[in-house]
Amino acid sequence: MKKYTDSGKKDTRSGFGDGLTELGKKNKDVVALCADLTGSLKMDEFKKNHPERFFQIGIAEANMIGIAAGMTIGGKIPFTGTFANFSTGRVYDQIRQSVAYSGKNVKICASHAGITLGEDGATHQILEDIGLMKMLPGMTVINTCDYNQTKAATIAVVEHEGPVYLRFGRPKVANFTPADQKFEIGKAVQLQEGTDVTIVATGHLVWEALQAAETLHENGISADVINIHTIKPLDDEAILKSVKKTGCVVTAEEHNYLGGLGESVARVLSTQHPAPQEFVATQDTFGESGTPEQLMAKYGLNASAIVAAAKNVIARK
Amino acid sequence: MADYKALEDLVIQVRRDILRQVHKVNSGHPGGSLGCAEFFVALYNELMDHNNDFSMVGENEDIFFLSNGHISPVFYSVLARSGYFPVEELNTFRLLNSRLQGHPTTHEGLPGVRMASGSLGQGISVSIGAAQTKKLNNDNHLVYTLCGDGELQEGQNWEAIMYAAGNKVDNLIVTIDLNGQQIDGSTENVLPLGNMKAKFEAFGWDVMDIEEGNNIEAVITGMKKAKEKTGKGKPVCVLLHTVMGNGVDFMMHTHDWHGKAPNDEQLENALSQNPETLGDY
Repeated sequence: MKKYTDSGKKDTRSGFGDGLTELGKKNKDVVALCADLTGSLKMDEFKKNHPERFFQIGIAEANMIGIAAGMTIGGKIPFTGTFANFSTGRVYDQIRQSVAYSGKNVKICASHAGITLGEDGATHQILEDIGLMKMLPGMTVINTCDYNQTKAATIAVVEHEGPVYLRFGRPKVANFTPADQKFEIGKAVQLQEGTDVTIVATGHLVWEALQAAETLHENGISADVINIHTIKPLDDEAILKSVKKTGCVVTAEEHNYLGGLGESVARVLSTQHPAPQEFVATQDTFGESGTPEQLMAKYGLNASAIVAAAKNVIARK
Repeated sequence: MADYKALEDLVIQVRRDILRQVHKVNSGHPGGSLGCAEFFVALYNELMDHNNDFSMVGENEDIFFLSNGHISPVFYSVLARSGYFPVEELNTFRLLNSRLQGHPTTHEGLPGVRMASGSLGQGISVSIGAAQTKKLNNDNHLVYTLCGDGELQEGQNWEAIMYAAGNKVDNLIVTIDLNGQQIDGSTENVLPLGNMKAKFEAFGWDVMDIEEGNNIEAVITGMKKAKEKTGKGKPVCVLLHTVMGNGVDFMMHTHDWHGKAPNDEQLENALSQNPETLGDY
Protein backbone atom coordinates (compact mmCIF):
# COMPACT_ATOMS: atom_id res chain seq x y z
CA MET A 1 0.00 0.00 0.00
CA LYS A 2 1.10 3.51 -0.67
CA LYS A 3 1.71 5.49 2.47
CA TYR A 4 0.25 8.97 2.81
CA THR A 5 1.36 11.30 5.55
CA ASP A 6 -0.21 14.42 6.88
CA SER A 7 2.34 17.21 6.60
CA GLY A 8 0.41 19.21 9.21
CA LYS A 9 -3.26 20.03 9.45
CA LYS A 10 -4.38 23.01 7.43
CA ASP A 11 -7.72 24.38 6.27
CA THR A 12 -8.63 24.12 2.62
CA ARG A 13 -9.86 27.72 2.62
CA SER A 14 -6.28 28.82 3.30
CA GLY A 15 -5.30 26.88 0.20
CA PHE A 16 -7.79 29.01 -1.69
CA GLY A 17 -6.51 32.22 -0.12
CA ASP A 18 -2.88 31.38 -0.86
CA GLY A 19 -3.72 30.28 -4.38
CA LEU A 20 -5.58 33.53 -4.97
CA THR A 21 -2.60 35.50 -3.65
CA GLU A 22 -0.34 33.76 -6.13
CA LEU A 23 -2.81 34.29 -8.97
CA GLY A 24 -3.07 37.97 -8.14
CA LYS A 25 0.63 38.36 -8.74
CA LYS A 26 0.64 36.26 -11.90
CA ASN A 27 -2.50 37.38 -13.68
CA LYS A 28 -3.54 41.02 -13.81
CA ASP A 29 -7.01 40.13 -15.09
CA VAL A 30 -7.91 38.30 -11.90
CA VAL A 31 -10.30 40.30 -9.72
CA ALA A 32 -11.72 39.19 -6.38
CA LEU A 33 -15.14 39.93 -4.91
CA CYS A 34 -16.24 39.19 -1.39
CA ALA A 35 -19.53 39.53 0.48
CA ASP A 36 -18.30 40.62 3.90
CA LEU A 37 -16.30 37.46 4.66
CA THR A 38 -12.80 38.46 3.62
CA GLY A 39 -11.14 36.96 6.69
CA SER A 40 -13.16 33.74 6.59
CA LEU A 41 -12.29 33.26 2.92
CA LYS A 42 -8.61 34.13 3.51
CA MET A 43 -8.75 36.85 0.87
CA ASP A 44 -6.93 39.47 2.99
CA GLU A 45 -3.60 39.05 1.28
CA PHE A 46 -5.07 39.54 -2.20
CA LYS A 47 -6.90 42.59 -0.91
CA LYS A 48 -3.71 44.01 0.58
CA ASN A 49 -1.65 43.37 -2.55
CA HIS A 50 -4.23 44.53 -5.08
CA PRO A 51 -6.74 46.91 -3.48
CA GLU A 52 -7.83 48.14 -6.91
CA ARG A 53 -8.74 44.60 -7.96
CA PHE A 54 -10.54 43.67 -4.74
CA PHE A 55 -14.24 44.48 -4.46
CA GLN A 56 -15.97 44.47 -1.11
CA ILE A 57 -19.61 43.92 -2.03
CA GLY A 58 -21.15 43.88 1.43
CA ILE A 59 -23.81 41.40 2.50
CA ALA A 60 -25.40 41.22 -0.93
CA GLU A 61 -24.53 37.97 -2.63
CA ALA A 62 -27.00 38.31 -5.51
CA ASN A 63 -25.44 41.62 -6.41
CA MET A 64 -21.99 40.06 -6.13
CA ILE A 65 -22.77 37.37 -8.68
CA GLY A 66 -24.28 39.93 -11.06
CA ILE A 67 -21.30 42.25 -10.72
CA ALA A 68 -18.91 39.35 -11.28
CA ALA A 69 -20.78 38.39 -14.46
CA GLY A 70 -20.62 42.01 -15.65
CA MET A 71 -16.90 42.24 -14.94
CA THR A 72 -16.19 39.52 -17.49
CA ILE A 73 -17.34 42.04 -20.11
CA GLY A 74 -14.04 43.81 -20.60
CA GLY A 75 -12.00 40.71 -19.91
CA LYS A 76 -11.70 40.34 -16.15
CA ILE A 77 -11.65 36.93 -14.46
CA PRO A 78 -13.72 37.35 -11.30
CA PHE A 79 -13.33 35.09 -8.25
CA THR A 80 -16.26 35.48 -5.86
CA GLY A 81 -15.89 34.45 -2.25
CA THR A 82 -18.45 33.63 0.38
CA PHE A 83 -19.76 30.58 2.24
CA ALA A 84 -21.00 27.71 0.09
CA ASN A 85 -24.56 28.25 1.23
CA PHE A 86 -24.57 31.88 0.11
CA SER A 87 -22.56 31.02 -3.01
CA THR A 88 -25.22 28.69 -4.37
CA GLY A 89 -28.68 28.35 -2.88
CA ARG A 90 -29.03 32.03 -2.12
CA VAL A 91 -28.00 33.10 -5.61
CA TYR A 92 -29.05 30.21 -7.77
CA ASP A 93 -31.01 32.25 -10.26
CA GLN A 94 -28.26 34.85 -10.59
CA ILE A 95 -25.74 32.10 -11.32
CA ARG A 96 -28.12 30.34 -13.65
CA GLN A 97 -28.97 33.34 -15.84
CA SER A 98 -26.05 35.76 -15.57
CA VAL A 99 -23.20 33.24 -15.26
CA ALA A 100 -24.09 29.77 -16.56
CA TYR A 101 -26.60 30.55 -19.31
CA SER A 102 -24.65 33.65 -20.29
CA GLY A 103 -21.46 31.55 -20.40
CA LYS A 104 -19.43 33.93 -18.27
CA ASN A 105 -15.94 33.22 -16.99
CA VAL A 106 -16.75 33.54 -13.28
CA LYS A 107 -15.10 31.42 -10.58
CA ILE A 108 -17.50 30.89 -7.70
CA CYS A 109 -15.35 30.05 -4.69
CA ALA A 110 -17.25 28.59 -1.79
CA SER A 111 -15.89 28.02 1.67
CA HIS A 112 -17.43 26.43 4.77
CA ALA A 113 -19.12 23.79 2.62
CA GLY A 114 -20.82 20.85 4.23
CA ILE A 115 -21.35 19.75 7.76
CA THR A 116 -17.79 20.45 8.94
CA LEU A 117 -18.66 24.12 9.16
CA GLY A 118 -19.62 22.92 12.62
CA GLU A 119 -21.07 24.94 15.43
CA ASP A 120 -22.99 27.48 13.33
CA GLY A 121 -25.47 24.75 12.52
CA ALA A 122 -27.70 23.81 9.62
CA THR A 123 -28.53 27.33 8.41
CA HIS A 124 -24.95 27.55 7.22
CA GLN A 125 -24.15 23.88 6.50
CA ILE A 126 -25.15 23.41 2.90
CA LEU A 127 -25.30 19.76 1.83
CA GLU A 128 -27.06 20.41 -1.46
CA ASP A 129 -24.64 22.68 -3.30
CA ILE A 130 -22.89 20.08 -5.45
CA GLY A 131 -26.27 19.00 -6.80
CA LEU A 132 -27.37 22.57 -7.47
CA MET A 133 -24.18 23.43 -9.30
CA LYS A 134 -23.70 20.24 -11.29
CA MET A 135 -27.17 20.57 -12.75
CA LEU A 136 -26.26 23.84 -14.45
CA PRO A 137 -25.21 23.27 -18.08
CA GLY A 138 -21.61 24.27 -18.65
CA MET A 139 -20.70 24.53 -14.98
CA THR A 140 -17.50 22.85 -13.81
CA VAL A 141 -17.76 21.55 -10.23
CA ILE A 142 -14.66 21.00 -8.11
CA ASN A 143 -14.46 19.84 -4.48
CA THR A 144 -10.91 19.71 -3.20
CA CYS A 145 -9.57 17.50 -0.42
CA ASP A 146 -6.77 19.36 1.31
CA TYR A 147 -4.79 22.58 1.47
CA ASN A 148 -2.32 21.72 -1.29
CA GLN A 149 -4.98 20.55 -3.69
CA THR A 150 -7.17 23.57 -3.05
CA LYS A 151 -4.28 25.90 -3.72
CA ALA A 152 -3.41 24.03 -6.92
CA ALA A 153 -7.05 24.03 -8.05
CA THR A 154 -7.45 27.75 -7.41
CA ILE A 155 -4.46 28.47 -9.62
CA ALA A 156 -5.58 25.97 -12.28
CA VAL A 157 -9.16 27.17 -12.75
CA VAL A 158 -7.98 30.50 -14.14
CA GLU A 159 -6.80 28.63 -17.25
CA HIS A 160 -10.26 27.19 -17.81
CA GLU A 161 -12.52 29.50 -19.83
CA GLY A 162 -16.02 29.21 -18.35
CA PRO A 163 -17.88 29.11 -15.07
CA VAL A 164 -16.43 27.07 -12.22
CA TYR A 165 -17.79 26.17 -8.79
CA LEU A 166 -14.87 25.59 -6.41
CA ARG A 167 -15.92 24.06 -3.10
CA PHE A 168 -13.79 23.86 0.02
CA GLY A 169 -14.15 24.01 3.78
CA ARG A 170 -13.50 25.54 7.12
CA PRO A 171 -11.76 23.03 9.43
CA LYS A 172 -8.10 22.20 9.59
CA VAL A 173 -7.68 18.79 8.01
CA ALA A 174 -4.82 16.52 6.97
CA ASN A 175 -2.64 17.97 4.21
CA PHE A 176 -1.34 14.98 2.30
CA THR A 177 -1.32 15.68 -1.45
CA PRO A 178 1.92 16.96 -2.99
CA ALA A 179 2.63 20.68 -2.76
CA ASP A 180 3.90 20.66 -6.34
CA GLN A 181 0.96 18.72 -7.83
CA LYS A 182 -0.35 19.58 -11.25
CA PHE A 183 -4.10 20.06 -10.97
CA GLU A 184 -5.96 18.78 -14.00
CA ILE A 185 -9.66 19.60 -14.12
CA GLY A 186 -11.70 16.47 -14.74
CA LYS A 187 -8.85 14.05 -14.07
CA ALA A 188 -9.27 11.64 -11.16
CA VAL A 189 -6.29 10.89 -8.93
CA GLN A 190 -5.61 7.25 -8.14
CA LEU A 191 -4.43 7.08 -4.53
CA GLN A 192 -4.42 3.33 -3.83
CA GLU A 193 -4.49 0.31 -6.09
CA GLY A 194 -6.81 -2.47 -4.91
CA THR A 195 -8.89 -5.34 -6.20
CA ASP A 196 -11.83 -5.95 -3.84
CA VAL A 197 -13.64 -2.62 -3.69
CA THR A 198 -13.43 0.83 -5.26
CA ILE A 199 -13.71 3.83 -2.95
CA VAL A 200 -14.48 7.03 -4.82
CA ALA A 201 -14.20 10.03 -2.51
CA THR A 202 -14.28 13.79 -2.78
CA GLY A 203 -13.38 16.69 -0.48
CA HIS A 204 -12.76 16.01 3.18
CA LEU A 205 -13.78 12.38 2.71
CA VAL A 206 -10.67 11.58 0.67
CA TRP A 207 -8.42 11.46 3.73
CA GLU A 208 -11.09 9.38 5.49
CA ALA A 209 -11.08 7.01 2.51
CA LEU A 210 -7.32 6.54 2.85
CA GLN A 211 -7.72 5.73 6.55
CA ALA A 212 -10.53 3.32 5.69
CA ALA A 213 -8.35 1.61 3.08
CA GLU A 214 -5.70 0.98 5.74
CA THR A 215 -8.25 -0.56 8.08
CA LEU A 216 -9.66 -2.67 5.26
CA HIS A 217 -6.15 -3.79 4.37
CA GLU A 218 -5.67 -4.97 7.96
CA ASN A 219 -8.88 -6.97 7.49
CA GLY A 220 -7.55 -8.53 4.31
CA ILE A 221 -9.58 -6.34 1.95
CA SER A 222 -7.81 -4.58 -0.90
CA ALA A 223 -9.31 -1.20 -1.77
CA ASP A 224 -8.84 0.95 -4.84
CA VAL A 225 -9.03 4.59 -3.70
CA ILE A 226 -9.82 7.35 -6.16
CA ASN A 227 -9.75 11.04 -5.35
CA ILE A 228 -12.43 12.75 -7.42
CA HIS A 229 -11.73 16.45 -7.10
CA THR A 230 -13.78 17.27 -10.19
CA ILE A 231 -17.37 16.10 -9.91
CA LYS A 232 -18.26 17.67 -13.24
CA PRO A 233 -16.97 16.82 -15.73
CA LEU A 234 -16.57 13.44 -14.06
CA ASP A 235 -13.66 11.17 -14.97
CA ASP A 236 -15.94 8.33 -16.13
CA GLU A 237 -13.03 6.32 -17.46
CA ALA A 238 -11.13 6.18 -14.19
CA ILE A 239 -14.26 5.04 -12.35
CA LEU A 240 -15.15 2.41 -14.95
CA LYS A 241 -11.62 1.08 -15.10
CA SER A 242 -11.55 0.63 -11.35
CA VAL A 243 -15.03 -0.86 -10.95
CA LYS A 244 -14.43 -3.29 -13.81
CA LYS A 245 -11.54 -4.54 -11.69
CA THR A 246 -13.20 -4.54 -8.24
CA GLY A 247 -16.86 -5.15 -9.11
CA CYS A 248 -18.29 -2.74 -6.53
CA VAL A 249 -17.99 0.83 -5.31
CA VAL A 250 -18.38 3.03 -2.25
CA THR A 251 -18.82 6.74 -2.90
CA ALA A 252 -17.96 9.13 -0.09
CA GLU A 253 -18.78 12.81 0.14
CA GLU A 254 -19.76 15.52 2.60
CA HIS A 255 -23.06 16.13 0.84
CA ASN A 256 -26.58 14.79 0.57
CA TYR A 257 -26.67 11.40 -1.19
CA LEU A 258 -29.29 13.00 -3.45
CA GLY A 259 -27.56 15.09 -6.08
CA GLY A 260 -23.99 14.49 -5.07
CA LEU A 261 -20.95 12.60 -6.33
CA GLY A 262 -22.62 9.26 -5.55
CA GLU A 263 -25.43 9.88 -8.00
CA SER A 264 -22.98 10.95 -10.69
CA VAL A 265 -21.05 7.71 -10.20
CA ALA A 266 -24.30 5.72 -10.24
CA ARG A 267 -25.17 7.31 -13.59
CA VAL A 268 -21.87 6.19 -15.09
CA LEU A 269 -22.14 2.67 -13.74
CA SER A 270 -25.83 2.09 -14.45
CA THR A 271 -25.39 3.04 -18.10
CA GLN A 272 -22.04 1.38 -18.73
CA HIS A 273 -21.13 -1.20 -16.11
CA PRO A 274 -23.81 -1.91 -13.47
CA ALA A 275 -22.30 -2.77 -10.09
CA PRO A 276 -23.34 -2.63 -6.43
CA GLN A 277 -22.81 0.77 -4.83
CA GLU A 278 -23.02 2.14 -1.29
CA PHE A 279 -23.35 5.84 -0.53
CA VAL A 280 -21.39 7.42 2.31
CA ALA A 281 -23.18 10.76 2.43
CA THR A 282 -25.84 12.52 4.46
CA GLN A 283 -29.21 10.81 4.12
CA ASP A 284 -31.51 13.60 2.93
CA THR A 285 -31.22 15.50 6.18
CA PHE A 286 -30.12 18.88 7.48
CA GLY A 287 -27.12 19.13 9.79
CA GLU A 288 -26.90 20.60 13.28
CA SER A 289 -24.48 22.28 15.67
CA GLY A 290 -21.44 20.39 16.94
CA THR A 291 -17.74 20.06 16.32
CA PRO A 292 -16.73 18.86 12.86
CA GLU A 293 -15.48 15.53 14.25
CA GLN A 294 -18.69 14.94 16.22
CA LEU A 295 -20.82 15.74 13.19
CA MET A 296 -18.80 13.56 10.82
CA ALA A 297 -19.25 10.68 13.25
CA LYS A 298 -22.94 11.28 13.90
CA TYR A 299 -23.80 11.64 10.21
CA GLY A 300 -21.67 8.68 9.12
CA LEU A 301 -19.08 10.61 7.13
CA ASN A 302 -15.80 9.18 8.42
CA ALA A 303 -13.38 6.31 7.88
CA SER A 304 -15.36 3.84 9.96
CA ALA A 305 -18.50 4.57 7.92
CA ILE A 306 -16.52 3.92 4.74
CA VAL A 307 -15.17 0.64 6.14
CA ALA A 308 -18.69 -0.53 7.00
CA ALA A 309 -20.00 0.51 3.59
CA ALA A 310 -17.13 -1.32 1.87
CA LYS A 311 -17.91 -4.54 3.70
CA ASN A 312 -21.60 -4.20 2.85
CA VAL A 313 -20.98 -3.57 -0.81
CA ILE A 314 -18.51 -6.44 -1.15
CA ALA A 315 -21.16 -8.76 0.32
CA ARG A 316 -23.56 -7.64 -2.39
CA LYS A 317 -21.25 -8.56 -5.27
CA MET B 1 -28.51 68.47 -34.53
CA ALA B 2 -30.36 65.24 -34.76
CA ASP B 3 -32.57 64.56 -37.77
CA TYR B 4 -35.74 64.11 -35.75
CA LYS B 5 -37.89 63.30 -38.76
CA ALA B 6 -35.63 60.41 -39.71
CA LEU B 7 -35.57 59.18 -36.11
CA GLU B 8 -39.35 59.40 -35.86
CA ASP B 9 -39.64 57.38 -39.05
CA LEU B 10 -37.36 54.80 -37.49
CA VAL B 11 -39.50 54.74 -34.33
CA ILE B 12 -42.59 54.00 -36.43
CA GLN B 13 -40.78 51.24 -38.28
CA VAL B 14 -39.59 49.77 -34.99
CA ARG B 15 -43.20 49.75 -33.76
CA ARG B 16 -44.18 47.80 -36.86
CA ASP B 17 -41.33 45.37 -36.25
CA ILE B 18 -42.47 44.85 -32.66
CA LEU B 19 -46.07 44.21 -33.64
CA ARG B 20 -45.21 41.91 -36.52
CA GLN B 21 -42.73 39.89 -34.45
CA VAL B 22 -45.18 39.12 -31.65
CA HIS B 23 -48.12 38.62 -33.99
CA LYS B 24 -46.32 36.00 -36.07
CA VAL B 25 -45.66 33.72 -33.09
CA ASN B 26 -48.70 34.78 -31.09
CA SER B 27 -46.52 35.48 -28.07
CA GLY B 28 -44.12 38.04 -26.67
CA HIS B 29 -44.38 41.40 -24.96
CA PRO B 30 -45.56 44.29 -27.14
CA GLY B 31 -46.65 46.74 -24.42
CA GLY B 32 -43.33 47.63 -22.81
CA SER B 33 -41.58 47.26 -26.16
CA LEU B 34 -43.76 49.92 -27.78
CA GLY B 35 -43.31 52.20 -24.80
CA CYS B 36 -39.53 52.09 -25.12
CA ALA B 37 -39.21 52.48 -28.92
CA GLU B 38 -38.10 56.12 -28.69
CA PHE B 39 -35.57 55.31 -25.96
CA PHE B 40 -33.92 52.51 -27.95
CA VAL B 41 -33.87 54.52 -31.17
CA ALA B 42 -32.29 57.45 -29.32
CA LEU B 43 -29.80 55.22 -27.52
CA TYR B 44 -28.46 53.40 -30.56
CA ASN B 45 -28.65 56.30 -33.00
CA GLU B 46 -27.81 59.42 -31.01
CA LEU B 47 -26.48 58.63 -27.57
CA MET B 48 -24.14 55.66 -27.49
CA ASP B 49 -20.68 55.66 -28.98
CA HIS B 50 -20.84 52.04 -30.09
CA ASN B 51 -19.34 49.75 -32.69
CA ASN B 52 -21.77 47.86 -34.86
CA ASP B 53 -18.97 45.35 -35.37
CA PHE B 54 -19.94 43.49 -32.24
CA SER B 55 -17.43 42.31 -29.67
CA MET B 56 -18.41 40.70 -26.40
CA VAL B 57 -15.85 42.63 -24.35
CA GLY B 58 -17.10 45.99 -25.63
CA GLU B 59 -13.85 47.82 -25.00
CA ASN B 60 -13.59 51.50 -25.90
CA GLU B 61 -17.28 51.82 -26.65
CA ASP B 62 -20.45 52.54 -24.70
CA ILE B 63 -22.35 49.38 -23.86
CA PHE B 64 -25.96 48.65 -23.00
CA PHE B 65 -27.65 45.98 -20.91
CA LEU B 66 -31.37 45.28 -21.06
CA SER B 67 -32.47 44.21 -17.60
CA ASN B 68 -36.16 43.70 -18.38
CA GLY B 69 -35.45 41.16 -21.09
CA HIS B 70 -39.10 40.56 -21.94
CA ILE B 71 -39.12 43.68 -24.11
CA SER B 72 -36.84 41.81 -26.49
CA PRO B 73 -38.91 42.76 -29.59
CA VAL B 74 -37.85 46.41 -29.40
CA PHE B 75 -34.25 45.45 -28.56
CA TYR B 76 -34.05 43.05 -31.52
CA SER B 77 -35.64 45.51 -33.92
CA VAL B 78 -33.25 48.33 -33.01
CA LEU B 79 -30.20 46.05 -32.98
CA ALA B 80 -31.11 44.76 -36.43
CA ARG B 81 -31.81 48.21 -37.81
CA SER B 82 -28.49 49.41 -36.35
CA GLY B 83 -26.70 46.75 -38.36
CA TYR B 84 -25.90 44.15 -35.72
CA PHE B 85 -27.65 41.39 -37.68
CA PRO B 86 -29.87 41.15 -40.78
CA VAL B 87 -33.29 42.75 -40.36
CA GLU B 88 -34.84 39.67 -42.02
CA GLU B 89 -33.80 37.65 -38.99
CA LEU B 90 -36.62 39.35 -37.06
CA ASN B 91 -38.75 36.78 -38.90
CA THR B 92 -37.30 34.10 -36.61
CA PHE B 93 -38.33 35.69 -33.31
CA ARG B 94 -39.23 32.96 -30.80
CA LEU B 95 -39.02 30.21 -33.40
CA LEU B 96 -37.17 26.95 -32.93
CA ASN B 97 -33.42 27.20 -33.66
CA SER B 98 -33.51 31.01 -33.67
CA ARG B 99 -30.92 33.38 -32.25
CA LEU B 100 -33.85 35.60 -31.30
CA GLN B 101 -34.97 33.79 -28.18
CA GLY B 102 -38.06 34.86 -26.27
CA HIS B 103 -35.77 36.67 -23.89
CA PRO B 104 -32.34 37.91 -25.02
CA THR B 105 -29.41 35.58 -24.55
CA THR B 106 -25.74 35.28 -25.40
CA HIS B 107 -26.20 31.53 -25.70
CA GLU B 108 -27.09 31.53 -29.40
CA GLY B 109 -24.49 34.16 -30.23
CA LEU B 110 -26.78 37.00 -31.30
CA PRO B 111 -24.61 40.08 -31.94
CA GLY B 112 -25.49 42.98 -29.67
CA VAL B 113 -26.42 40.94 -26.62
CA ARG B 114 -23.81 40.64 -23.86
CA MET B 115 -25.91 39.06 -21.10
CA ALA B 116 -28.99 36.93 -20.82
CA SER B 117 -31.91 38.65 -19.14
CA GLY B 118 -35.48 37.74 -18.46
CA SER B 119 -35.39 36.69 -14.85
CA LEU B 120 -35.76 40.21 -13.50
CA GLY B 121 -33.64 42.35 -11.26
CA GLN B 122 -30.15 41.40 -12.41
CA GLY B 123 -29.28 44.10 -14.95
CA ILE B 124 -28.09 46.82 -12.60
CA SER B 125 -25.64 44.46 -10.90
CA VAL B 126 -24.29 43.31 -14.24
CA SER B 127 -23.94 46.89 -15.43
CA ILE B 128 -22.06 47.86 -12.30
CA GLY B 129 -19.59 45.03 -12.96
CA ALA B 130 -19.09 46.17 -16.54
CA ALA B 131 -18.75 49.80 -15.42
CA GLN B 132 -16.15 48.96 -12.79
CA THR B 133 -14.22 46.93 -15.35
CA LYS B 134 -14.23 49.95 -17.67
CA LYS B 135 -12.65 51.96 -14.87
CA LEU B 136 -10.01 49.27 -14.26
CA ASN B 137 -9.26 49.26 -17.99
CA ASN B 138 -9.06 53.08 -18.15
CA ASP B 139 -11.87 52.99 -20.68
CA ASN B 140 -13.85 56.19 -20.21
CA HIS B 141 -16.96 55.02 -22.02
CA LEU B 142 -20.34 54.62 -20.38
CA VAL B 143 -22.56 51.71 -19.42
CA TYR B 144 -26.30 52.08 -19.98
CA THR B 145 -29.04 49.92 -18.52
CA LEU B 146 -32.79 49.83 -18.90
CA CYS B 147 -35.04 48.42 -16.18
CA GLY B 148 -38.78 48.15 -15.93
CA ASP B 149 -40.46 49.96 -13.06
CA GLY B 150 -42.24 46.87 -11.81
CA GLU B 151 -38.88 45.15 -11.94
CA LEU B 152 -37.72 47.34 -9.07
CA GLN B 153 -39.85 45.16 -6.82
CA GLU B 154 -36.99 42.64 -7.04
CA GLY B 155 -34.71 43.02 -4.03
CA GLN B 156 -31.42 42.55 -5.86
CA ASN B 157 -31.90 45.96 -7.46
CA TRP B 158 -31.63 47.64 -4.10
CA GLU B 159 -28.44 45.79 -3.26
CA ALA B 160 -27.05 47.10 -6.52
CA ILE B 161 -28.42 50.61 -6.06
CA MET B 162 -26.78 50.83 -2.63
CA TYR B 163 -23.50 49.46 -3.96
CA ALA B 164 -23.28 51.74 -7.00
CA ALA B 165 -23.63 54.88 -4.91
CA GLY B 166 -21.33 53.63 -2.15
CA ASN B 167 -18.65 52.83 -4.70
CA LYS B 168 -19.13 55.95 -6.82
CA VAL B 169 -19.91 54.04 -10.00
CA ASP B 170 -20.40 57.25 -11.95
CA ASN B 171 -19.91 55.86 -15.47
CA LEU B 172 -23.32 54.23 -15.33
CA ILE B 173 -26.73 55.51 -16.45
CA VAL B 174 -29.66 53.40 -15.30
CA THR B 175 -32.94 54.26 -16.99
CA ILE B 176 -36.20 53.19 -15.40
CA ASP B 177 -39.12 52.71 -17.77
CA LEU B 178 -41.74 54.36 -15.62
CA ASN B 179 -44.93 53.23 -17.31
CA GLY B 180 -46.79 52.33 -14.15
CA GLN B 181 -47.94 48.95 -15.44
CA GLN B 182 -47.01 45.34 -14.79
CA ILE B 183 -48.56 41.97 -15.63
CA ASP B 184 -51.25 41.89 -12.98
CA GLY B 185 -52.25 45.54 -13.20
CA SER B 186 -50.93 48.99 -12.41
CA THR B 187 -47.85 49.13 -10.20
CA GLU B 188 -50.01 51.17 -7.84
CA ASN B 189 -52.38 48.23 -7.44
CA VAL B 190 -49.87 45.38 -7.50
CA LEU B 191 -47.20 46.83 -5.22
CA PRO B 192 -46.83 50.61 -5.02
CA LEU B 193 -43.34 51.79 -5.90
CA GLY B 194 -43.67 54.99 -3.89
CA ASN B 195 -41.56 57.99 -4.74
CA MET B 196 -38.93 56.52 -6.99
CA LYS B 197 -36.99 59.74 -7.30
CA ALA B 198 -36.76 60.14 -3.54
CA LYS B 199 -35.74 56.50 -3.15
CA PHE B 200 -32.85 56.72 -5.63
CA GLU B 201 -31.77 60.06 -4.18
CA ALA B 202 -31.83 58.65 -0.67
CA PHE B 203 -29.48 55.91 -1.89
CA GLY B 204 -27.11 58.60 -3.21
CA TRP B 205 -27.85 58.68 -6.94
CA ASP B 206 -28.13 61.68 -9.21
CA VAL B 207 -31.72 61.38 -10.48
CA MET B 208 -33.53 63.15 -13.28
CA ASP B 209 -36.87 62.79 -15.02
CA ILE B 210 -37.67 62.66 -18.69
CA GLU B 211 -41.35 63.51 -18.59
CA GLU B 212 -42.01 62.90 -22.27
CA GLY B 213 -40.48 59.49 -22.69
CA ASN B 214 -42.33 58.94 -25.96
CA ASN B 215 -41.08 62.12 -27.57
CA ILE B 216 -37.85 61.39 -29.40
CA GLU B 217 -36.56 64.92 -29.06
CA ALA B 218 -37.27 65.00 -25.32
CA VAL B 219 -35.60 61.62 -24.86
CA ILE B 220 -32.45 62.70 -26.70
CA THR B 221 -32.25 66.04 -24.90
CA GLY B 222 -32.88 64.40 -21.55
CA MET B 223 -30.41 61.57 -22.04
CA LYS B 224 -27.74 64.05 -23.16
CA LYS B 225 -28.27 65.82 -19.85
CA ALA B 226 -27.90 62.49 -18.10
CA LYS B 227 -24.57 61.95 -19.88
CA GLU B 228 -23.38 65.31 -18.58
CA LYS B 229 -24.10 64.09 -15.06
CA THR B 230 -21.70 61.15 -15.37
CA GLY B 231 -18.15 61.29 -14.04
CA LYS B 232 -19.12 63.34 -11.03
CA GLY B 233 -18.97 60.74 -8.29
CA LYS B 234 -22.58 59.52 -8.46
CA PRO B 235 -24.37 56.90 -10.54
CA VAL B 236 -27.08 58.46 -12.68
CA CYS B 237 -30.73 57.41 -12.76
CA VAL B 238 -33.17 58.55 -15.42
CA LEU B 239 -36.86 58.16 -14.71
CA LEU B 240 -38.29 57.78 -18.19
CA HIS B 241 -42.02 58.45 -18.16
CA THR B 242 -43.54 56.35 -20.92
CA VAL B 243 -46.89 54.92 -21.92
CA MET B 244 -47.06 51.16 -22.23
CA GLY B 245 -48.30 50.26 -25.71
CA ASN B 246 -47.45 53.71 -27.06
CA GLY B 247 -48.35 54.37 -30.69
CA VAL B 248 -51.24 51.91 -30.87
CA ASP B 249 -54.37 53.49 -29.41
CA PHE B 250 -56.02 50.34 -28.11
CA MET B 251 -52.82 49.14 -26.43
CA MET B 252 -52.15 52.35 -24.51
CA HIS B 253 -52.83 53.16 -20.85
CA THR B 254 -53.46 49.57 -19.85
CA HIS B 255 -51.48 46.56 -18.67
CA ASP B 256 -53.52 44.30 -20.95
CA TRP B 257 -50.88 44.23 -23.68
CA HIS B 258 -47.91 43.58 -21.42
CA GLY B 259 -47.52 40.05 -22.67
CA LYS B 260 -50.19 39.44 -25.28
CA ALA B 261 -49.94 39.41 -29.06
CA PRO B 262 -52.50 41.04 -31.35
CA ASN B 263 -54.69 38.86 -33.58
CA ASP B 264 -54.86 39.42 -37.35
CA GLU B 265 -57.48 42.12 -37.15
CA GLN B 266 -55.81 43.90 -34.27
CA LEU B 267 -52.48 43.77 -36.09
CA GLU B 268 -54.00 45.35 -39.16
CA ASN B 269 -55.51 48.10 -37.05
CA ALA B 270 -52.23 48.66 -35.17
CA LEU B 271 -50.16 48.76 -38.35
CA SER B 272 -52.58 51.16 -39.99
CA GLN B 273 -51.80 53.58 -37.17
CA ASN B 274 -48.10 53.22 -37.99
CA PRO B 275 -47.67 53.30 -41.77
CA GLU B 276 -44.52 51.74 -43.17
CA THR B 277 -41.56 54.13 -43.27
CA LEU B 278 -38.25 52.36 -43.86
CA GLY B 279 -39.65 49.10 -45.18
CA ASP B 280 -40.84 46.00 -43.38
CA TYR B 281 -38.52 43.01 -43.08
